[in-house]
This record gives sequence, C-alpha cells and structure tokens, in this order.
Amino acid sequence: MPQQINAEIRAFIVENFLFGDESEAPADDASLIESDIVDSTGILEMVSFLEEHFSVEVADPEIVPENFDTIARLTAFVAGKNKAKAAAGT
Amino acid sequence: MCGIAGYYGAGLHPREAGTLLTAMSAAIAHRGPDEAGIHVDGDVGLAHRRLAIIGLADGQQPMATADGRLCITYNGEVFNYLELRQDLESRGHRFRTESDTEVILHLYRDLGPDCVEKLNGDFAFAIHDTHNERLFLARDRMGVRPLFYTWHRGRFYFASEIKALLTVPGIDARLDPLALDQIFTLWAPIPPRTAFQGICELPPAHRMTVDNGTAQIQRYWDLDFSDIHHDHSEDRMKEETRALLEDATRIRLRADVQVGTYLSGGLDSSIIAALAKRMAPAGLSSFAVTFADPAFDESGFQNEMVDALGTIHHTVDCDADEIATVFPQVIRHTELPILRTGPAPLYQLSSLVRSKGIKAVLSGEGADEVFAGYDIFKEACIRRFCAGQPRSQLRPHLFRRIYPYLANLKRQTPDYLAAYFGITTDHLDDPLYSHRPRLRSTAGAKLFFSKAIKKELGDYSAADDLVSSLPEAFHGWHPLHQAQYLETRFLLPGYILSSQGDRMAMAHGIETRFPFLDHRLVEQAARVPANTKLRGLREKHLLREAMRASLPERIAERPKQPYRAPEANAFTANTHDCVEAAFGKTSLEETGVFDVEKSARLYKKSRLSNFTGFRDNAAFVGILSTQIWSQQFARQFRRTDETLAVRV
Repeated sequence: MPQQINAEIRAFIVENFLFGDESEAPADDASLIESDIVDSTGILEMVSFLEEHFSVEVADPEIVPENFDTIARLTAFVAGKNKAKAAAGT
Repeated sequence: MCGIAGYYGAGLHPREAGTLLTAMSAAIAHRGPDEAGIHVDGDVGLAHRRLAIIGLADGQQPMATADGRLCITYNGEVFNYLELRQDLESRGHRFRTESDTEVILHLYRDLGPDCVEKLNGDFAFAIHDTHNERLFLARDRMGVRPLFYTWHRGRFYFASEIKALLTVPGIDARLDPLALDQIFTLWAPIPPRTAFQGICELPPAHRMTVDNGTAQIQRYWDLDFSDIHHDHSEDRMKEETRALLEDATRIRLRADVQVGTYLSGGLDSSIIAALAKRMAPAGLSSFAVTFADPAFDESGFQNEMVDALGTIHHTVDCDADEIATVFPQVIRHTELPILRTGPAPLYQLSSLVRSKGIKAVLSGEGADEVFAGYDIFKEACIRRFCAGQPRSQLRPHLFRRIYPYLANLKRQTPDYLAAYFGITTDHLDDPLYSHRPRLRSTAGAKLFFSKAIKKELGDYSAADDLVSSLPEAFHGWHPLHQAQYLETRFLLPGYILSSQGDRMAMAHGIETRFPFLDHRLVEQAARVPANTKLRGLREKHLLREAMRASLPERIAERPKQPYRAPEANAFTANTHDCVEAAFGKTSLEETGVFDVEKSARLYKKSRLSNFTGFRDNAAFVGILSTQIWSQQFARQFRRTDETLAVRV
C-alpha cells in the first residue's frame, strides 16, 4: 500500500510541479524545498491533493517539513493517516 | 523628451543616408510626436523625434552650434540647465535658443566628455564633433533614458529604442540565450547585454567615444556607500533630505508645458504630489491606476491625498482583461521578455495622461531603492536575525509580518517559513545574500526552457555573472547597502525605469520625471547610516520623518504596499488570441525556446488550478512575453528587412 501511495504522490509531483518532466523527479529522501520543487503555494497545493486524492484531513499544525518535505515523508504521513482511519473504523 | 537615432561610418550616399535616418526615426515616432529632423554630415547621420517640453519655439533638433563644429541629437532633460546657462553666459557664451539642448553643446565645447559631470538630469545624447571627427555619446547616471547601439558592416548605429536599429537592413532580431537566462533569473539583462543578440545598451552613468571605427566606453559615476556620515544628527539628515528633495522637485517642474504627477496613494508619490502642489499651486493634475480587485487597488489612499491636496485627479480602471488585451503592445515597447505584468497598467496610465493633454509627469519611483523601502531589504534583515537562532520557532513569524498580502504564508509553520526563506548560518557573506531567495524562485521558471536552450546555456550562471560585475568596494559595505546597490544598479534601470518607466510612458509620448533619482539626493541617501533608512522593520524611516509634515498622518505611516497587478490569471479567465498563439504547439516549436509539452501543461494548469504560485506566474508571463517578443520582432523585422529599399 505505501508503495502505491508513494507512486501516486510521485506522479502528482511530476505532473504538477515538474510539468511531466520525469528526469527532474526527486529521490524519495530529497528535500522538495531545497530542490526548488515546491514553494509556499506548492505546499498548499500538496495539502489539497492529499485531502482530495487520499481522503485524509490535514490540520495546519501538521504542515511541517517532518511530514511534507520529501516524498518518503509524505508517503509515511498519508500511510499513517490511513492506518489511523482504519483503526478508528472510518 | 524625445527619441534619437543615428550612425557613424563611411560609404553612405546622402540620399541613402536620408532614407535610412527617416526609417530609424519613424520606428520611434511615438517618442516624439511633435517634430522630426535629420542631419547628415560626412560619415555621420543624426535623427531626432521631438516631444517639445522646453524651448517650444526654438528647440528643434538635431541642433548644431553657430560655427557648425558640433551637432547634437538629444533625448531627455537637463533640469539644472538655467544655472548652467547662467554660468556659461558669465564666461562669455552666447545662446541662440531657450533650450536646454544648447546648454549641453556649450558645455561640451568647454569641457568635452567631462560635460556630463555637470548635468543634473535624465538624458541620452550623441554629439558629432567635426573638429575631432568623433561621435560622443552619454547616458544619465541612474539610467532613466535608454541608449542602444550596435556595429554592422563596420558602421556604428545607435538609437533610443532597438526597433530603430532593426530598420537597418541586415540587422536581424535574434534572441540572446544568455540574456534570456539573465531575465529568467534577475528579471533583466546585465548591461550592456540586451535581449537582442549583438545589440548592446550603453549602461547608465557611462559615456562613449566613437572614432576611427572603434569605441571607448567609460563609467563616469557610481553609487558609493563608503563615506558614511556617522557624526550627523538625525535632525540634520532629515533637513538635508527635505532640502534636496524639495530642490529636486522644484527643478523637475521646469517646463514650458504643464507638468502633472502620478499619485498611487503610497508614501513616495504622495510626497512628490504634495511638494509639487505647494510649488505649482495652480491646477496640478494627478493620475492614478485603480483596480476592480481590492487586492491591488489603492484608490482609498489616492482619494485621501486628492482631498488633502486638491489636485485635478484622473484615474484609469485597469482590469485583468485589459492587461491581457494591451500586453502585446506592452512587449512591443519593452523590447524585452518580462516576468511580471506590472508594465501593462502603466501603459494604460500614460495613455490617460496623454488624453488629458499633459506631456510630462512627476513620479515617486526610485524612493524604495534610495531610502530602502522594498520588502526584500526587510526580508534579508529577518533572515540574518533568524540565522542567529536557526532553531527559533518565534523569529520566522516575522516573515508573515512583512508579507501580510501573501495569503499562502499564513498557513505555514515556522519550520517551513525558515526553509522557504533559506535560513542558514552559511552564506552570510554571499554578495547576493539579500537576493538569493528571489533569484532562486525566479530561476525556477527556467524549468520550461527547451533542451536546445539548456544545452546552449550549459553551466552558465547569471548570478555569478552579476557578482563578477560588482565593484571591489561593494564587499566592504553594510548588508543593507549591498542590497540597495543591487536593486539600484541593476533592477532599477534594467526593469523598473525601462519596462515600467520610460518605455511605457514614451509609448504615448509622455515624459516621466523622478525627483527621488536626483543624483544629489541619491548620493546623500547613500552616505547616511543604514539604520536611519531601515529602522528595525520600519522602511524609509528617514524619508518618512523628513517629510511627515507634508502628509496626512495615515499616508505618512502607511506601510509599503508593493505595486502589483493580476498575473497569469489575467490571461486565463477569458480567451485571448495572443495567449492562444503563444502557447500553441506550432508557435512554441517555431520559436524553439521553451519545452512544448511542459508549456502546454503550465497553460492548462493556469487555466484550471486555483494554485498559481510565484514560479508558475513568472513562467507563464515569461513564456508568453518571450513568444510575443519573438512574433513582434524576429518575424516582423525579417519582413521589414526584405521590403526596405535601402541597402548598405
């Protein structure tokens, strides 16, 4: 499952921030800010994508680099949310 | 204010010379709708388009001295011409006209190239000196007036705008990839480079002598922040600032026609309007842009100043659709790909000024550079402050305070704010420290360059190029002064004064005058300590305090609101032919500058997405303007070349 989340997040980044350029796609653990891939608007675009595509809710205090600055962290964040949802039976 | 053009080189028949000069002059007719003149003498030809403002009856150009030794074609105003004339007359010079043009000729006769050091004004001119058989050209200190030149088949050509040079048969419009990289990083090319391969601009504060087929170029003035007045009281600095600004405004009201004023509602134009109203109490006309979108509109502040001063106020309402409609004409006049739409409303504004019969207007432009008003100065200050405690969760909140109009920052955590603004203890001695975040986010738009352009650029770095052009003394200056120098020396002439100033105003034959760019005031402001300009996070402290008594309290205390206009969404809300054409597959392939697939995706995203950030906006406007630039110049002038009768 995390593999699929990872692939979908990666596809979104390539489509929306790199405009289809696979060759510029970052490594899983590369900082999206330091690579100049997302800016302050981009991070909100990412939040919107996660909320709509994965049906998760993102609280403002959760919008931190620990959750959002790499594809790996984003994947773990969504996977964690899904796990929590499953545990809650929603 | 006028347009100039000409050449220097052998081998032109007088009839061919006349045809050539007439074509060059016609290309810049908008700069001088009142009169036109040409002058041919041996190997030199001069052309002039006149916007008559001083010496209406006898200021025709090109103008020669009585003995025929010197002949000038001149664009601009020398605001201290009356004092210079008085001094020249006391030394035996006799004048035949009332113009400032003749003053330059007499000064040149006395001082030669050093004459420029006496001139207080905005100018670009060429003087043919038959005695030495040389052509002397010069440009004002701050770069208010433009001057471009090129060599073609051994002949030297110059003009106020590049479109005049492109009428010369054989001179083609070709995009310079390095200039494009500079624009997509720094917002403007580094002079002498222009967007056109092989065509140069004479940088601000430079003079040039052309003879025997060679040119010598020399800087005659530069900004210097070394001589700081630590021993002056703030009261004394305020008094000096006030006196200089009053005099700068006074001499910029000199004209034989009515002078109006721009009035945006901000601190700077309000100060200028208040001074102008006091000095010319009868019927001062003021002009402003209003926007339907409250995010950009300042009409509340404008009306407050109008009520306080009693000016005859005129406004032009600029909506997003109009920006898109006039954008191709804007690029026709900027002659430069641009990343912002800011020039478009100013194009509309100068059209309004012209329609009201006014030829010259005062502008508050330059105050942000000279007195440290831009957010980027405060941003650099906060970045340094945060770097002192990189783990602080409180300090990054200051970024929100300086960018209250950026809604996206409101939801960002301190960690993200620190990351976006590049908080690190490294690079504090980087000469471009103040500008790095802006350069990085702007350069993100280069993602859309085609493979061919990327290959041609290789590992070229516009930022490194900029650093290599800095003076040695720069590295010892206060960080604020370094940032001010970068803004004043590069962005101001390269983008603000050209794309938003001279070119948009002259598109409608309007002369803009900038009291804050009087070199005496610029020099004084460079000498005062940094903390008198930026006091904590209070921008333009010295200027505010110096001019407080002239303004309503709300205006005097008003924080800086950056001049902004709708960007990509101005073009995507409705269908516009220029946009469809620019982003079309065939058009992109033909130009070859941008990746076709990525550009199409950007266009689609801009139309459908609610998220268009700084990079995407810059890329959208950059691609659009580059494509229009190519259509306007590269194609059209190929056709013009084929149809022109003149062959050299």
